[in-house]
Amino acid sequence: MDFAGAYSADNLRFLMEGLKMTLYIAFWAILLSFVIGCIIGVIRYMQVPVVSQILAVIVEVLRNLPLLLIIFFVQFAIPQINVFGLQFKFTVPAGAIIALTLFEAAMISEVVRAGLKSIPKGQVEAARSSGLGSIQALWHIVLPQGLRRMVPPLVSQFISLLKDTSLAVIVALAELMHNAQIIIGQSPNYSIPILLLVAMIYFVVNYTLSLISRRLETRTA
Amino acid sequence: MNKKRFSLLLVCMIALVTVLGACSTTTAPSASNGAGGTDSASSQLDQIKQRGKLIVGVKYDTKLFGLKDPSSGNVEGFDVDMAHALAKSILGDESKVELKEVTSKTRIPMLNNGDIDMVIATMTITDERKKEVDFSDVYFQAGQSLLVKKGSPIKGIEDVTADTTILAAKGATSIKNIEEKVPNVKVLEYDNYQDAFNALKAGQGDALTTDDAILYGMAAQDPNYEVVGKPFTDEPYGIAVKKGQTALVEAINKGLTDMKADGSYNELYKKWIGKEPESK
Amino acid sequence: MIDFSILVNYFPYYIEGFLNTILASVLALIGSFVLGSILAVFRITGVKPLQWIGTAYVEFVRNIPLLLIVFFFWYALPTFGMRLDGFQAGTVGLTIYTAAFIAEAIRAGILSVPKGQMEAARSSGMTYVQAMLHVVLPQAIKLVIPPLSNQFINLIKNSSVLTVVAGLDLMYFADKVNGDSYATVSAYVFAGLFYLVLTLPMSYGSHVLERRLAKSS
Repeated sequence: MDFAGAYSADNLRFLMEGLKMTLYIAFWAILLSFVIGCIIGVIRYMQVPVVSQILAVIVEVLRNLPLLLIIFFVQFAIPQINVFGLQFKFTVPAGAIIALTLFEAAMISEVVRAGLKSIPKGQVEAARSSGLGSIQALWHIVLPQGLRRMVPPLVSQFISLLKDTSLAVIVALAELMHNAQIIIGQSPNYSIPILLLVAMIYFVVNYTLSLISRRLETRTA
Repeated sequence: MNKKRFSLLLVCMIALVTVLGACSTTTAPSASNGAGGTDSASSQLDQIKQRGKLIVGVKYDTKLFGLKDPSSGNVEGFDVDMAHALAKSILGDESKVELKEVTSKTRIPMLNNGDIDMVIATMTITDERKKEVDFSDVYFQAGQSLLVKKGSPIKGIEDVTADTTILAAKGATSIKNIEEKVPNVKVLEYDNYQDAFNALKAGQGDALTTDDAILYGMAAQDPNYEVVGKPFTDEPYGIAVKKGQTALVEAINKGLTDMKADGSYNELYKKWIGKEPESK
Repeated sequence: MIDFSILVNYFPYYIEGFLNTILASVLALIGSFVLGSILAVFRITGVKPLQWIGTAYVEFVRNIPLLLIVFFFWYALPTFGMRLDGFQAGTVGLTIYTAAFIAEAIRAGILSVPKGQMEAARSSGMTYVQAMLHVVLPQAIKLVIPPLSNQFINLIKNSSVLTVVAGLDLMYFADKVNGDSYATVSAYVFAGLFYLVLTLPMSYGSHVLERRLAKSS
C-alpha cells in the first residue's frame, strides 16, 4: 500500500478530470431522463389509448434489462441497425448519456406514475366538476401534490444514476472509475488507496444529494 | 401490470424479434456496407482532407504502443507515433491527429460506426477480420507469446495444459490461437490488457497471453514478470479502415512505404522496441 | 439484422452464462438477506454502537457504485493475501451492496409492526431476541416480500457487472459471442432475451403479490 505515491498531485488531477466527466454525464442524463420520464409517466397515468400501451411495453423491457447491456447495445449495436436508411451513431459520451437516459427514464416514469396515482381520485373529480379540463386538473391539482411525494424516490433514482455512470467503463468512457483503473494499473500498491479515495468521492457527492433531498422533504411537507 | 398487459408484452416482444429476424434475410447483404453506405459518395480520404484532421483509434493501456500517462495526459507509443507520421504523409502536418481510445473489444464496432477513420491498435491481420474491415500492409511483425511471474513452472507454450488458466483480452485473436494449440485450456477474458495484467498480478491465472510486443511492455512495467518461450504464432499488425475505403488504404500504404524508404520507420521502431526491425 | 444461427451455434455459451447468472443472483440474495436482517436489527436495537455500525454501513454502501465494491474484492484483497476469482468477487460484491438496500426494507417492515406487540411478547417472558424472531420478524417479512422481490430483480440485472472481472456470467458470454462472431446486434439481443426470461416473470409476479398484499391488509 503506497498512499503517498497513489495520491500524487498528477494522479489527483487525473481523478478530478474523471469526476468532471462523471458529473457531466450524470447532469445531462438526470435532466433528460427526468423530462422524458415525466412525459411517459403522465401519458401512462392519463391512459392515453395505444400510446400508453406501447410505452408500457418499452418501459417494462428497459426496466428489466441490465444497464450494462443497454450501454453496450446503444454504443455498438444500434449504429449497425439500419432502419429505412436511417442510422444512429454517437460519440462515447453521447452514447453513455443516451443509454443512461433510456434506462433511468423508464425507472422515473414509474416513480411519476405511482406519485400521481397516490393522489385521491376525489380531488380530480372535484376539480373537474368545478369546470377544469382534465389537463388543467392534472397541471394545477394532481401534479404539484404528486411531485412533492416523488422527491425522495426521485432523488434516490438520481443517486443510482450517478453511481451507474461507472458502468460506462466498459465502453472506455474517461470517467472517474476508468481513470481510477488507469492509475491502479501503474502499481498494485495503489489499488487500495485509490479505491478508497474514489469511494469517498462518490459518497460525498451522493450523500450531499440525499441531504438536499431530506431538506426539500422537510420544507415541502 | 395485469395479466392481459403481460401477455401483450410477450406477444409484442416475440413479434419484434421475428420482424427483426425477417429483416435480416432481406437486408443482410446491404447491412455490411450500410455502415459506410450513407457517406460512400465522398470517400473517407476526402472527408479526412476536408476535415484537415485524422481521427485514429489507439489503445490507452498498452505500454510501447499506446499508453495514457496520467501525469502528462498524453498517450504515447509506437501506434501513436505511427498516427502522427501518417498525418504528416496524408495531410502534411503531423500534429493534425485526434486520438480516441479503443480496446480490442470496441475497435471494430467503433470503426464501422464511423467514430474513427482508422484503427492503429496492435491489430493482427486475419482472414476473419478482413470480412469486417480492410487492412493496410503489415506495419509491425509480432508473434503471440506468454507472460508469467518469474519462477513460474511455465517456460513456454509446451508447458500449457488443460489445467492452466490463461488470461487474455476480450476480442483478441490470441484467445482463438491458444484454444487451438491447447484444446480445453481455461481462458479468462478481460475488457482490456490493463485489467488482464492486473488479473495476473492478483493471481487469477497462470499466464497472460497476447502478442510478444505488448508483453515486453508489461514486463518493462513490472520486473517481477517475464516473457517466456518463443513466439508460437505470426501476428502481422495492420492498420484497419472501414470496408471499401480503397483510396484511404492506398494513402496509408504509400505513407508506410515512404517511411520505410527514408529510414524514419527504423527510427520509430528503435525508439520504442529498442532494436532495428529484423528484415525478412 | 438478427441472425438466429448465432443463438443456435453459441447456445452452450448462453446457457452456461445464464446458469451462472442465476447462481450468482441466488447466492447473493441469500447472503444479502442474512446480512441485511442483521443490519436492520442493529439499527433498531437502541444499543448505540450497533446502531452506528448499521447506519454507517447502509449510508456508505448505498452511496457508492456496485462496480467499486466488486473491484475492491477483486483488486485489493490480494494485498491481504486473499484471492477470489471473478465469480466469487462479483457475488460477494453483489451481496455486500444489496444487503444495504435489503436492510432498509426490513427495517421499514419491522418499524411498521406495532410496538405493543414487542412489549406484549417481552412481558409474557420472552427475551428480546426471542420476541424479535418469533413475533416481530414473521409479521415484518410479509411487508418485506414485495421490496425483496424487487431487489432480486435488481440483483439479476446487477449481476452483469461480473463480466468486468471475467465472472463467467451471461453478459461475459455475450461479449465472448460478440468477439467470436462479430454479430454485435444478435449477440446482445439474445443475451437481452435471456435476461428478460428471468426478470419479466419476476416483475409480473411481484406486481401480483403487491396487489394481493394490498388487498388483504
